[in-house]
Amino acid sequence: MTALTALVRRDVRVALRVGGGALIGVLFFLTVVVLMPFAVGPDLALLKKLGPAILWLGALLASLLTLDRLFTADHDDGSLDLIVMSRTPLELACAAKALAHWLAVGLPLVAAAPILGLLLNLDAVATGAVALTLFAGTPALTFTGMIGGALAVVLRRGGLLLSVLVLPLSIPVLIFGVAASNAAVSGPSPFGTPFSILCALSLASLVIGPFAAASSLRHGLD
Amino acid sequence: MRLSGRCLRCVRGGREVFSGLDVTAESGHAVAITGPNGAGKTSLLRLLAGLLVMAGGSIGLEGGDPELTLPEQAHYLGHRDALKPALTVSENLSFWRDFLGGGKSGESDALAAVGLGHAAHLPAAYLSAGQRRRLSIARLLAVKRPVWLLDEPTSALDVTGQAAFAAIMTGHLAGGGIILAATHTPLGIAVQELRIGGTG
Amino acid sequence: MTLIDLANPSRFLTLAGRILPWLVAITALVLAIGLYKSAVAPDDYQQGATVKIMFIHVPNAWLSMFVWGVMSIAALGTLVWRHPLADVAAKTAAPIGAAFTFLALLTGSLWGRPMWGTYWEWDARLTSVLILFLMYLGLMALWRAVEDPSRAARAAAVLTLVGSVNIPIIKFSVDWWNTLHQPASVIRMGGSTLDRAFLIPLVVMAIGFTLLFLTLHIAAMRNEILRRRVRTLQMLQASKSAA
Repeated sequence: MTALTALVRRDVRVALRVGGGALIGVLFFLTVVVLMPFAVGPDLALLKKLGPAILWLGALLASLLTLDRLFTADHDDGSLDLIVMSRTPLELACAAKALAHWLAVGLPLVAAAPILGLLLNLDAVATGAVALTLFAGTPALTFTGMIGGALAVVLRRGGLLLSVLVLPLSIPVLIFGVAASNAAVSGPSPFGTPFSILCALSLASLVIGPFAAASSLRHGLD
Repeated sequence: MRLSGRCLRCVRGGREVFSGLDVTAESGHAVAITGPNGAGKTSLLRLLAGLLVMAGGSIGLEGGDPELTLPEQAHYLGHRDALKPALTVSENLSFWRDFLGGGKSGESDALAAVGLGHAAHLPAAYLSAGQRRRLSIARLLAVKRPVWLLDEPTSALDVTGQAAFAAIMTGHLAGGGIILAATHTPLGIAVQELRIGGTG
Repeated sequence: MTLIDLANPSRFLTLAGRILPWLVAITALVLAIGLYKSAVAPDDYQQGATVKIMFIHVPNAWLSMFVWGVMSIAALGTLVWRHPLADVAAKTAAPIGAAFTFLALLTGSLWGRPMWGTYWEWDARLTSVLILFLMYLGLMALWRAVEDPSRAARAAAVLTLVGSVNIPIIKFSVDWWNTLHQPASVIRMGGSTLDRAFLIPLVVMAIGFTLLFLTLHIAAMRNEILRRRVRTLQMLQASKSAA
């Protein structure tokens, strides 16, 4: 087994065994969706119109709020020291950890989206579109947000400051994710344009995120 | 093989911890780093491990693999044990073996050598402090690296554990390895002493 | 005296002390000329005299981007070249950039009121500037959150560079989002082509505000260097009294 596969496997195992595992992210997602009708009223037509946006916001928050533990957990128990000293480049190790986070947190959100779509009166096309855009866009959320995880090690705290730093960077993903979902439902604009931009954002973040995180971690290890 | 550091200077949090420090260690020899608390024993080890930025001086490893840096050829045993409580003893060790590039068979031998063979399937959360320390030591055996940088290695170990670890260290030195250990207590093996921080 | 000499904080302090009075004078002069030219420029046939807010709004908006560019170069100085003054430059530029961004938002809002009837519209340009303002504030909070400036420097440098990659992406996304939601054409702020009568005051004001940034930045860097010296002295004193 290669070093990176071992790292992904360990992180996924720990995420699934600790504190509610994959389901806690889904539970948070569900809670956010449940809050919406209390805020905007139970008008089904309105919820249907807002549906893709609500699902995207829920997924965004569920992803970002778990990212502050991405590196601090390893820093706290001394694993990060050993990861830095290994023969694996730190950028690849960071990418592997982000991949594990997406598998353990992001993917369950994608799987939960269709069920939550029912609560928001979304039809099959809309639900499929939202799930597909979430599948393409949650990697961007994780890989863009990992810079926040790295900063949490330097700052020695998580909390609101990290969210303030990372949320502006996630705005493009949100814009194109919701736009693609809405385009699939109501058109006139084609689904392809925003969706391909969304995929491009994900691919770009796969490169930028690990480099930015590794750079921050490298000398923040005091 | 020879590890040498010349004129090392370390700054942490804006405060100079030490400067002009020289350290040498050769194959088959152990260096015990002693001194009062806060003198910089941990800082020196972390500097050599590449975890702290050097504010001055140079570090060299003669006779090692020229393709690899010093940290890539060293083990670091710090205050914290790098264990995930949610994983079993065996899963913890096999992860580090796979990640750091140890041999396939190293795991069970290493666990037996530290006396944890019977606990392989227990979650690491169930281990006592001494057993956790021994599991970290097993990592040093499962993955072969020539330089060992140890920070208070025997701190959580009882007398039997300390004697067993002395035997492990002797074996490493006999194989041509280098050990640098920061310690307050005698290690049970022959050492050169490097004192930091004066008489305190 | 080469650029490397400038890297020495003491030399920088001496140089700063010498050129600052001149900089203040030139800045005041250029801004005065610019304001005069703005005042005598003709009114726009469509917007009347309110178009003159543009002479403050546009330079401020331009500077909000320019200062992020300066911080990005300083960030490279910290990460790549390890220039000793780079993190001082980065830390002091952030509040000044935030101030210019805020002024751009404020003047943009005041300019929009006669046109839109409200103080705020989710217009593409204003929204991008608002997000930029948020990023400036986040960066300033990051500097404050870490006690040791050299640790904060690296984290802030990485975030600045990630930000500068993202800012064009955010701008593009917001433009795209805006056209999606507002198909009707709105009066564009500033218009697409500027008559020569507007261009000259605009350029003069832009130069004036850039000089203002330069003056404030150098003065702030001088303060920051002195502040760090005080901190070092205090720490030395603390360790002496403990021994």
